[in-house]
Amino acid sequence: MLLEVKNLDVSYGSRLTVSGVSFELDKGEIMSVVGESGSGKTTVIRAVMGCLPGSGHVTGGSVLFDGRDLLKVTPQEHRQLCGRDISMIFQDSGSMINPIRRIGTQFVDYIRTHAPQKTKAEAAEMAQDMLKRMRLPNPENVMQSYPFELSGGMRQRVGIAMAMVFRPKLLLADEPTSALDVTTQAQIIRQIVDIRNEFGVAVIMVTHNLGVASYISNKLVVMKNGRVVESGRREVIAAPQDAYTKELLAAVPVLGDVKYYDR
Amino acid sequence: MTVKEPPVILQIKNLTKRFAAEDGRQLTACDDITVNAYAGQTLGIIGESGCGKSTLVRTVLQITPATSGEVIFEGQDILKLRGEAARQNRRKIQMVFQDPLAAFNPKMKVKEIVTEPLLNFGLIKKSEVNAKAAELLEMVELPPEFMERYPHSLSGGQRQRLGIARALALEPKIVVCDEATSALDVSVQEKICELLVRLQKEKGITYLFICHDIGLVDLMCHQIAVMYLGSIVEYIGGGRRISTDGMHPYTKALMKSVFKVDFKPGERIEPLESEVPSPLDLPPGCPFAGRCEYCTDICRSEKPQLKEVVPGHLVACHLIK
Repeated sequence: MLLEVKNLDVSYGSRLTVSGVSFELDKGEIMSVVGESGSGKTTVIRAVMGCLPGSGHVTGGSVLFDGRDLLKVTPQEHRQLCGRDISMIFQDSGSMINPIRRIGTQFVDYIRTHAPQKTKAEAAEMAQDMLKRMRLPNPENVMQSYPFELSGGMRQRVGIAMAMVFRPKLLLADEPTSALDVTTQAQIIRQIVDIRNEFGVAVIMVTHNLGVASYISNKLVVMKNGRVVESGRREVIAAPQDAYTKELLAAVPVLGDVKYYDR
Repeated sequence: MTVKEPPVILQIKNLTKRFAAEDGRQLTACDDITVNAYAGQTLGIIGESGCGKSTLVRTVLQITPATSGEVIFEGQDILKLRGEAARQNRRKIQMVFQDPLAAFNPKMKVKEIVTEPLLNFGLIKKSEVNAKAAELLEMVELPPEFMERYPHSLSGGQRQRLGIARALALEPKIVVCDEATSALDVSVQEKICELLVRLQKEKGITYLFICHDIGLVDLMCHQIAVMYLGSIVEYIGGGRRISTDGMHPYTKALMKSVFKVDFKPGERIEPLESEVPSPLDLPPGCPFAGRCEYCTDICRSEKPQLKEVVPGHLVACHLIK
């Protein structure tokens, strides 16, 4: 088992936000965490990554990654793991990248932070190769561009390229397609499936789009008010047991369904 | 089956909007748009970001001036209205925004927000604010106690209800919803849509419903205009459904990019490749030619015009006769 989260509790200040969350993830599996805003789905993956904002802290449970408890590692070990073995992509990779530096410079910096033995030229080559694999047209141009010169979809590809450059074992994705158009969303989702197939990376994807979750996932976790209401393999969507899951699924507008004004 | 449409309430005729770019080039956001909205019905406008759907309604609302074209409402071209006449016209066409928090003054209480349009037009006295606010909140299913609150203390769905209450305060004929539900969770979105539909049935409001969720547009709208790079490439009316009757290659490609909740294992999505070209250099032919899998020579040289293929259903494509 690559990742085992057991009875995870997370609080912001003294307020318990996520409680008793448990799940397991194997190599090469894609798991989606779905639920409404405020259900704690982002908090869960941020706890795994060890980047809870502000007053957030884990108050109970364990996060076993490759046999090590991520909650007990030293800051140095944690720094080595993050970026190399575990990496993360965000809703808008544009805001993760420094807006006043070129993509290439930042990418090279990132590679050399985690692999100091690489020369600048080697790092630049790695970066360009990764951008090309993400189906970005003209990777040389992208390296020379500033983030604002790229479209949202291209920035998201840059984000994935950076996250995947060290072939991590676990990729955490926080609403990676929520800010994108349907067509770009479909391209990015296909890309995530492709990298899973190519690199065997396990993916945890936080999304509120049940269609995306249904398409991409081997496993699903449905959250509400900081608790897991239902989890399992694809049957969660095919044959939901919990009333809340059913309610969520019924609310998704389906192309060709009965019109609202005819109901 | 052809459905007879109610009377036309808003006629957009040959509307073009160009912006001057920095280097002297022209950015064409809306290129010769002609479309009608029918009384008491919903006209949906879909397309990818940058296709000009927001610019279109902003031009209709005179938030930005049009480059050319007409918008006929109640027998006159509202783009020519100036001063007090334009102000009075705004009473009849109102807007609900995507992010209501950004659309409200954070220092105003809920009751001040919903009644401001009425006070502005001198339709109520200050002493009537509380009673009117309670009435408007009730209409959008919010408890009357909310009137003393500030918008930051409401949830996203409650704020959007407040946005709807404010837009409807002046009893407009037309309400523009620009991605009004896009920022909401699915369950909240469903409730807001049901509210919009109920208010439409009660008050006979016409909606211009802009959205990029093709599934939602299909369920909300009586007519749908599909926009691509500043042009309407397909208009589906006459009771036809986009899901079964959509013909334009772009419309079909959009539908193939939708993630359904009932995917069968092994089923694949087929996303459109590449991205929307820059509206700075509009290609001479069909705007969609660069990404269309059926593209032929004529598509690159000549722009197809919208033509009626079935009563109420217009398509701009050389390949559809």
